Amino acid sequence: MIRQRANERIVITGMGVVCPLSNDVETFWQALLSCESGIGKTTIFDASTYPTTFDAEVKNYDATAYLKNPGLHKHSNRGSSFVIGATVQACKQAGIEVEASEPTDGIDRNRLGIYLGAGEGSVDNDVFFAALVEGWDAQENKMDWGKWTKIASSRMDPMHELEQEANMPAAHIAMLTGARGPTRNCLTACAASTQAIGEAMTLIRRGDVDAMITGGTHSMIHPLGLTGFNRLTALSTRNDSPETASRPFSASRDGFVLGEGAAIVILESLSSAKRRGVKILAEVTGYGSSADAFRVTDMHEEARGPIQAMNAALTDAGISYKDIDYISTHGTGTVENDSVETIAIKAVFKEKAKKVPASSIKSMLGHLIAAAGAAELITCVLAIRDNIVPPTTNLTDPEPALDLDYVPNKPRKMPVNIVMSESFGFGGQNNVIIIKRF
Amino acid sequence: MNSARVVITGLGAINPLGLTVHDMWAGLCAGKCGITKITAFDPEGFSCKLAGQVPDYKIRNHVPRTHRKATKLMSRDIELAVIAANEALASSGLITKGIDPEQVNIDPTRTAINLGAGLISCDLVEIAPAVAASITDGKFDILKWGKDGIELITPLWLLKYLPNMLACHVGIIHDIQGPSNTITCAEVSAHLAIGEAAEIIVRGDSDIALAGGAEAKVNPIVMIRQCLLKRATSESNDDPDRACRPFDANAKGSVFGEGAGIVVLENLDNAKKRDAKILAEVAGIGQSNNINPAYERLEPDGNGVRIAIEKAMTDAQIGADDLDLIIPHGTGIPVDDLAEAKAIEAALGQKAQEIPVWPIKSMVSNTGAASGALDIIAAVCAMKEGKIPAAKNCDKKANDCNLNIVTQPQQRDIRYALCCSYTYCGQTAAIVLKSSKEETTS
Repeated sequence: MIRQRANERIVITGMGVVCPLSNDVETFWQALLSCESGIGKTTIFDASTYPTTFDAEVKNYDATAYLKNPGLHKHSNRGSSFVIGATVQACKQAGIEVEASEPTDGIDRNRLGIYLGAGEGSVDNDVFFAALVEGWDAQENKMDWGKWTKIASSRMDPMHELEQEANMPAAHIAMLTGARGPTRNCLTACAASTQAIGEAMTLIRRGDVDAMITGGTHSMIHPLGLTGFNRLTALSTRNDSPETASRPFSASRDGFVLGEGAAIVILESLSSAKRRGVKILAEVTGYGSSADAFRVTDMHEEARGPIQAMNAALTDAGISYKDIDYISTHGTGTVENDSVETIAIKAVFKEKAKKVPASSIKSMLGHLIAAAGAAELITCVLAIRDNIVPPTTNLTDPEPALDLDYVPNKPRKMPVNIVMSESFGFGGQNNVIIIKRF
Repeated sequence: MNSARVVITGLGAINPLGLTVHDMWAGLCAGKCGITKITAFDPEGFSCKLAGQVPDYKIRNHVPRTHRKATKLMSRDIELAVIAANEALASSGLITKGIDPEQVNIDPTRTAINLGAGLISCDLVEIAPAVAASITDGKFDILKWGKDGIELITPLWLLKYLPNMLACHVGIIHDIQGPSNTITCAEVSAHLAIGEAAEIIVRGDSDIALAGGAEAKVNPIVMIRQCLLKRATSESNDDPDRACRPFDANAKGSVFGEGAGIVVLENLDNAKKRDAKILAEVAGIGQSNNINPAYERLEPDGNGVRIAIEKAMTDAQIGADDLDLIIPHGTGIPVDDLAEAKAIEAALGQKAQEIPVWPIKSMVSNTGAASGALDIIAAVCAMKEGKIPAAKNCDKKANDCNLNIVTQPQQRDIRYALCCSYTYCGQTAAIVLKSSKEETTS
């Protein structure tokens, strides 16, 4: 523990994504720049009587297409399955071999770690509801556990149950890559994958590992997930127009749109990346984390937590707010988030607040919950690469108090060198990452 | 250059042996078993009818008046975390907003929280009436559910079951505004959380951290999973005291339970400055992966555990000769115990046959995300008291297990202790603790 900070610089050398707009990074990026929407009617189950009848679903995805040995992953649920595709894409770009018994890519497996912000899997809905139907004694108003157990124990599949654990996606990545370095999964609601990437960076900085496979995966598009968010009234109910339902920073915003997907980046020490001669996509320079410690249900009105996390990330990166060219906002499209986030940006960016472009790709992608931050970070890398920032779509009716430059409705060509990516989660979790052109 | 050292200055534990660290240590010394027949629901029909259940408490008595309303949003996992956090902070001498708002002596923005949490299952009794209102021809009808069923679910229902709500409630009660994380890696969660919290202090992002884990596994869904995976013992249903038998020749599986363990970690300089009682130092952490195609079990050679132990020993800059105590994960699942024993032997060599090994799950049960924290708390108590109590139910050591399982209590000056853990699906961790007596002499 008595450890000199290794002072390693950390770079991104691979990226992969499976998300409602596309199952590869380049088409995902082009879709964002073309203002496409990944949002439509819910098809995974019949949600036609729910308050919200639409979402943002992954389409045309087949994990086995990425695998030589799919048998190992046959029990995967949606989250684990998505992360396989995203990981294989990212590893391929970074030159890290997968499904290799004796890899020759120059990465010592004991120094290759995994840090995901992955969500839990869905319950096995058929059995879950059938057992409750059978077990509930409506007359006595109590459970008949004998009846419940009979259905549950005969119809639940043990491996399917195990796969619901949030640490499973990381386990699948370990099987896929042979990684034996530190491996963790954090689940801090909508801020999880940003936190995972930030903490992964610190492990490389400490000198514990040479590379980390990091990011997130999640699907809450299932009967109980949609129920939970609908009851919280967190979701848009614009059922007659799903494509325009995600309206971050607009006056008529009425909630976020539930999405799903996985996004993975390979973080690597600069020395390892140079030694291996792989292409460097961007440098990660700052990470800040904080908690609101305010209320279970609401964000702090003055954005205390987000401000602290943003400032901590700037300090970590050793830069000033004046150096930031673009902010990838959390921008969910809930009334509360977008107001509080605007307050936070104004507090941190002071006189520059209205000048720095701050957009939300959730307007097109939906909200990937635990995986959201990682998907957004990937677009930040591409914004630097191409000197263009993606827009906030559906921003046709601005709200007077929300008066920042949200890059409304069309992408903008401009020099982009340093970017801040923000994620805020239920319960007051705030995580912020800063990346720059390498 | 950063040379921060991280010490433990407070402990909090709630588990089947009692509501406090004192109760836990007294129970462990007395060889008491916290495992009983399940009373939280009727376990008839379950292959394992046993669990480690926490004695009765009233959560309202454990939160400040301002947080009483919020107890309605607490799953049992959250309640356990709140109670353990209170004890850990109170024992550390730190004064938070939740302890006395007039005399706060922490900087909330320089205080972190990092808790391990489980896959929290919803309360089936709570959700059942909504399901019952969604039946057509005797079957669940999703269209009725979407229209009528979900209206019967309490609006803030989801917030009870998000794993980060443990740290969130504790953070609100005590006003902890620094880095906050929730690790969800099943039974290895608490070790990963404590390790990460130590890293956060070392890198200078916080001076103080609350770290540990909590999980309430006594829920029908959670328990039936362990039964179906054949991890829970199906024998000894009439003899709960003898059901969980880590490293014993007659071990048949684990027994699951509920609990929380939370420690206060502190930068050594900070602890000294405020004249805190230093209980132990976090001297080394190591983490890796178990890679096994049959991922519900540990790989047979325990390779992932071995790597974690080796890394932790290197981190602490010690050798096997320096260890006086090992608290293993020791679940009572024979193949996993054997793999863990092999890993310990492979990491520590010949010496592994001599170092006292003290598994505690036979008494506190397997509390999932809390278990690693309870192990660390037990190790710190043993260091403080200079005593290793006896392992329970290891009457005849399993074949091929060459570890020195402590079957008689012994007085021993413990310089360094090793705790290790792993979980189904892969992740492994090890933590080396250094005695505070060593601290003053080094």
